[in-house]
Amino acid sequence: MVSALSNIHEYLWLILAFPLAGVVLNGIIALVAERPLLLPADGHGHDDHGGHGDAHGGHHETPAYRKLVAFIAPGMIFAAFVVAVLSVLQLTRMPAEARTVVQTLFPWIQAGGLSVSVALQLDPLSSVMILVVTGVGFLIHVYSVGYMSHEPAFARFFFYLNLFMFSMLTLVLGSSYLLMFVGWEGVGLCSYLLIGFWYEKDSASTAGKKAFVVNRVGDFGFLLAMFLVFWNFGTLNYTDVMAKIPSLQHSGILTTGLATAITLLMFVGATGKSAQIPLYVWLPDAMEGPTPVSALIHAATMVTAGVYMVARSNALFMLAPFTMGTVAVIGAATAIFAASMGICQKDIKRVLAYSTVSQLGYMFLACGVGAFGAGIFHLMTHAFFKALLFLGSGSVIHAMSGEQDMMKMGSLRKHTPITFWTMFIGTLAIAGIPGLAGFFSKDEILWRAFSSDHGSPFLWAVAAVAAGTTAFYMFRLIFLTFFGASRMDKEVEKHVHESPFSMTIPLMVLAALSICGGWLGIPAALGGSNYFEKWLEPIFEGGHKAAEAATEAIGHGAMAHHDPMEFILMGASVAVALFGIAIAYYLYMVRPEKPAKIAEGNPNLYRLVYNKYFVDELYEWLIIRRIVDWSIWLWQMFDVQFIDAIVNGVAKTVRSAGDETRKIQTGVVGNYAFSILLGAVFIVGYLIWR
Amino acid sequence: MMGPSAYLILSGILFAIGAIGVVARKNALIILMSVELMLNGVNVAFVAVGSYMGDPTGGIFAFMVMTVAAAEAAVGLSILIAIYRLKETIDITELSVLKW
Repeated sequence: MVSALSNIHEYLWLILAFPLAGVVLNGIIALVAERPLLLPADGHGHDDHGGHGDAHGGHHETPAYRKLVAFIAPGMIFAAFVVAVLSVLQLTRMPAEARTVVQTLFPWIQAGGLSVSVALQLDPLSSVMILVVTGVGFLIHVYSVGYMSHEPAFARFFFYLNLFMFSMLTLVLGSSYLLMFVGWEGVGLCSYLLIGFWYEKDSASTAGKKAFVVNRVGDFGFLLAMFLVFWNFGTLNYTDVMAKIPSLQHSGILTTGLATAITLLMFVGATGKSAQIPLYVWLPDAMEGPTPVSALIHAATMVTAGVYMVARSNALFMLAPFTMGTVAVIGAATAIFAASMGICQKDIKRVLAYSTVSQLGYMFLACGVGAFGAGIFHLMTHAFFKALLFLGSGSVIHAMSGEQDMMKMGSLRKHTPITFWTMFIGTLAIAGIPGLAGFFSKDEILWRAFSSDHGSPFLWAVAAVAAGTTAFYMFRLIFLTFFGASRMDKEVEKHVHESPFSMTIPLMVLAALSICGGWLGIPAALGGSNYFEKWLEPIFEGGHKAAEAATEAIGHGAMAHHDPMEFILMGASVAVALFGIAIAYYLYMVRPEKPAKIAEGNPNLYRLVYNKYFVDELYEWLIIRRIVDWSIWLWQMFDVQFIDAIVNGVAKTVRSAGDETRKIQTGVVGNYAFSILLGAVFIVGYLIWR
Repeated sequence: MMGPSAYLILSGILFAIGAIGVVARKNALIILMSVELMLNGVNVAFVAVGSYMGDPTGGIFAFMVMTVAAAEAAVGLSILIAIYRLKETIDITELSVLKW
């Protein structure tokens, strides 16, 4: 046992194997036990015995298979989490330069110059990701057991959820871009399956399709980027690509232009997966999925894959100043744009969805100004507090018997104290109140946006305003949901109840993480050691070195020293956050009638914001209509009149030829005899005179 | 002793008459008879060439052909009788159901 533990990196594959085992087991259970649900409802009526037992009023015993699923699904993730923790602990004991462990499992593709193995890479970056994914993922699995307890397709849900965990871990643990892409597509598929989990609902299946199609647009960019990398580097392994950068730079192959092309295409992929402008439109609609799915996939893990990809490729991004600028600007623009859309939403989950888009914008802003470490730091803290907020909102929805409209809530604080307090902590964390997780990561990003070589005061100002907006809409959510007079339906109010322990315990754990998670990265200016940034340093120093080699310019001396500006900006961002909270307090606690009046006073502005700037409509008109029109043209003109015409023409020709030639077959034996004779004469004649 | 050419010419004439009979006549009975004529034309050639070469194989084949011809005549005539009972005709131009 001791020897096994001392060499835990030999067992990295277990992190993938456990979720995969869960996928297989839950898949079998789903197929066997929930088969009646898969058949059409009007089939043979055994539907009534299958899942809808509750509908008959009597309290049924939980079927054994559901207990089994409830044990397997979170258990497998917990096992993966344990292996991940042990692996990372061993990684911390290794010297900083040697903290890259690659475990090759088996050769996968051997074709010409392409050689891809299925190999796992554990380094500081992927270690952060696997801890977040398995840790938060485990909590959300536990929560889901409670949240989905009334769901007939229980096993199917956990089958998808485990499949997602497997794909996500493949994405972050794979040692090459190709393996990352496999995971990337896998999580996209699971996202589609889970958004459309309640596929009988039209809006859910539409939202699933939308997410998938929009993601495909981004994936196309990622694919092209991979082609470019392989074409020029001859490999897709991270370590080989990074190792080849200096020599390719030297030989003039890796020009700034090439680096820009590769990184821009990668960023296109990232905008799709991580819901940035212009491909963010799928994420708000993704809220049609069950709430744990929103928490796991659309807040904590999958949507951060783009940030991970950018951070993973930091050495390439640092060579392309134009891309860096684009990433920073898109990130900042998304942060403020999405935050402003969150202001007017009435659906509690949609507020959080826009908030997620906005926070992802912060992460990209950080990457864009060269602060990859800060971006990953925010990724981690965001995973804690946003998963908490989503799960909290799920708990609220659970308590409200499915109601999601905040206008029909209020005063829930008394009924659901645990949900309230944990969500309140999450809100403080996201608003950037000092001491909580969000403060450290967000402030790090703001400071770097201001001070970095790639940053500017303008980026800082945009991000700071977005931070204030965030504080405003989050406290609006809290006030509307938990405070004030009850606006609930009488019927709903009778059933309001706190959620079971399987749901509240994950909330409490995540609340604790939302408080403490930031302490890993207390900046030096506040007397901390910023352990987190140091941990990631080996990953990112390569990029800085490469960039310096390219520009031959000043180093990053401006980073380490204590700048009084840092304190001023820190104070400013806290002030902005408090200002946002104050406005929310005034509008929704002191003068609750005021927001409606403001909306009436500016009907056009309100309509614009409430309808999310009509971006969906714009896309609909600008792109979707065009594609549909073009498709119709292709169908009616090209397909029907050209392709079909060729096919039908060939058939018609053959047919009319047959119509004529069949008349040879007269049915008169004499004619046949004559043709036999003629043939015999020809053959004999040929044999004689040839 | 002249060569087999006269026999072969006779054989060819018999074969040709038979063939023309098969192709040109409408009465199935006549056609059967023409087929016999063709077979016998071939028989003449077999016997003539066999005798000329001093090889009995030609004669043996002629017997073989006669045997087959006898069987063929028996089967052919039975078919004709069956057809006549069904259609009351043995005119092959009228027996043209198997066509397009």
